[in-house]
Amino acid sequence: MKLPSLREVATEARLLLIGIPVFLWTMIPIYHMFLFAISPKEDAFSGKLWPDHPTLHNFEIVFKQQHYFLRDFYVQFWNSMLIAAAVGALTLFIATAAAFSISRLKVPGGRMVLNLALFTYFIPAAFLAVPMYRTMGNYGLLNNHWSLILAMVTIASPYAIWVLKQASDKLPVELDEAAVMDGATTLQIFRLVYLPLMMPSLVAIGTYAVLLAWNEYLYAFLLLSNDRQITLPVALGNFLAADDSPWELLMTTGFIYALPPAAVYYAFRRYMVGGLTAGAVKS
Amino acid sequence: MAITLSGDQSIPAPPLSSRLTPAQVWGIVLLAPYLLVFLAFVVYPVCYGLWLARAPSNYVALYNDPIFARAAVNTLIFLVIGINIKMLIALFLSGFFAQQRTWIKWLSVIFILPWAVPSIPTILSVRFMLNPEWGVINHIIFSFTGDDGPNWLNDPTVALTMAIGVHIWKSLPFWTLILITGRLAIAHDLFEAAEVDGASWWQKFRYITWPSMQTLYVTCTLLSMIWTLGDFNSVYLLTGGGPADLTHVLATLGIRYLRLDQLSLAMASIVCAMPFVLPLVYFMMKRLSR
Repeated sequence: MKLPSLREVATEARLLLIGIPVFLWTMIPIYHMFLFAISPKEDAFSGKLWPDHPTLHNFEIVFKQQHYFLRDFYVQFWNSMLIAAAVGALTLFIATAAAFSISRLKVPGGRMVLNLALFTYFIPAAFLAVPMYRTMGNYGLLNNHWSLILAMVTIASPYAIWVLKQASDKLPVELDEAAVMDGATTLQIFRLVYLPLMMPSLVAIGTYAVLLAWNEYLYAFLLLSNDRQITLPVALGNFLAADDSPWELLMTTGFIYALPPAAVYYAFRRYMVGGLTAGAVKS
Repeated sequence: MAITLSGDQSIPAPPLSSRLTPAQVWGIVLLAPYLLVFLAFVVYPVCYGLWLARAPSNYVALYNDPIFARAAVNTLIFLVIGINIKMLIALFLSGFFAQQRTWIKWLSVIFILPWAVPSIPTILSVRFMLNPEWGVINHIIFSFTGDDGPNWLNDPTVALTMAIGVHIWKSLPFWTLILITGRLAIAHDLFEAAEVDGASWWQKFRYITWPSMQTLYVTCTLLSMIWTLGDFNSVYLLTGGGPADLTHVLATLGIRYLRLDQLSLAMASIVCAMPFVLPLVYFMMKRLSR
């Protein structure tokens, strides 16, 4: 084995000098949360790197809903799941239909609709939240899950349409022509030719919409207020209402809430990196 | 693909449906769901909001509200200083992560975590770390010096800096990832040729990396600025706009007015931001819809 030269050691050391701070910067807030979750109440504030008596007691309290702030934990978890699933399904339906219509059927005015969608994509969501709140009130949808579902679909669709339109432009037009020759109807082309070929992009966009809805705080907190209607992030925010809020339980619930999106992200990372970051900014 | 019948035009005033091919009819049907969503949840709210904000008295009231001026300045600091620092770090780290090492590959998997987990629990985690009495940071300061640490979030400058820090923590991985893609797209033999010629790393960056990445970098910076205008969580969940409403940005200020039941003021504050937002949006659309 050849010993590394001095120059190689110096390069490696310089890289480590960047790598270690990056690692600490990334992990500290997450590790801090994890530490709270596995510490008994009195140990949590000690500033130790590892608790003297690590415990799963906090998780037990959360899962048994044994605290005032947690009495609707399962209902809220279910609300989050239901809303994320509904947003994913609706966004996929609306965006796929629109992308097929604009890209493959060349519907008149399609270009303009695409530009309008892009425009919506660039308007900061927090700005749209103010008129959206009032509009949902006018529609009588406040405190109804549909308000949050429809709001999130509105926010997720523009990007979804744009990415799917880019992806479908890459499919060769000869496929459609051949299918028309064989006497396929438009719907058959959509179902039998278009959808199977678009699968990777559809997975990416579905994941994108589900994560967007699961992670949303602002709209959820504006549109839903009843304890049995709200989603988990709103419930987490409500912990702060009290001065003596049980931090260790808040961090435990936050940890449980953060696990599914992280798992989904890493499971679909292959699709996310290819399908989304490439679409986010065209280089 | 569309087969049009040549006889169509000679028939006087045919109904619309017969002038469209079946494919076009399907096109309209399939586009309709999005158009409905767009009309009901974008066009109507925006028009209604603008109508609510029409009275000039709203703008006078905003002008006289010191919190609004402060929020506007905070937003500018957030965008001009915060985003540029973030993008510079991202540019630097993209070079680091482009290195071919196994441990750097693993680090890049961990590095993406802030982007992959929801922001609420992690921002609250930072908020607890900064708590003056119970937070881990002041605990460490106390155990080393015996003095009480500062009350971090009670100073508007420090609190806003922390909010910017939280924003950077959350979105740095995303932009680094995009800049890595840009960096990896540069032809490798350019660097090999520069190596042979004995170029320093700065020369390599200045004459190879930067020229091929500058458009991407500028686009990313502008896009990040637009999106950061809507970053409600970093400020609201860390400082809540406090102390004394001195750390609001436009995104949280609109919601603050909304919570105070001053909807027309909320809309007016957003209308005031439009002269800055719309040119950026226009520029981005030009770049993306080429």
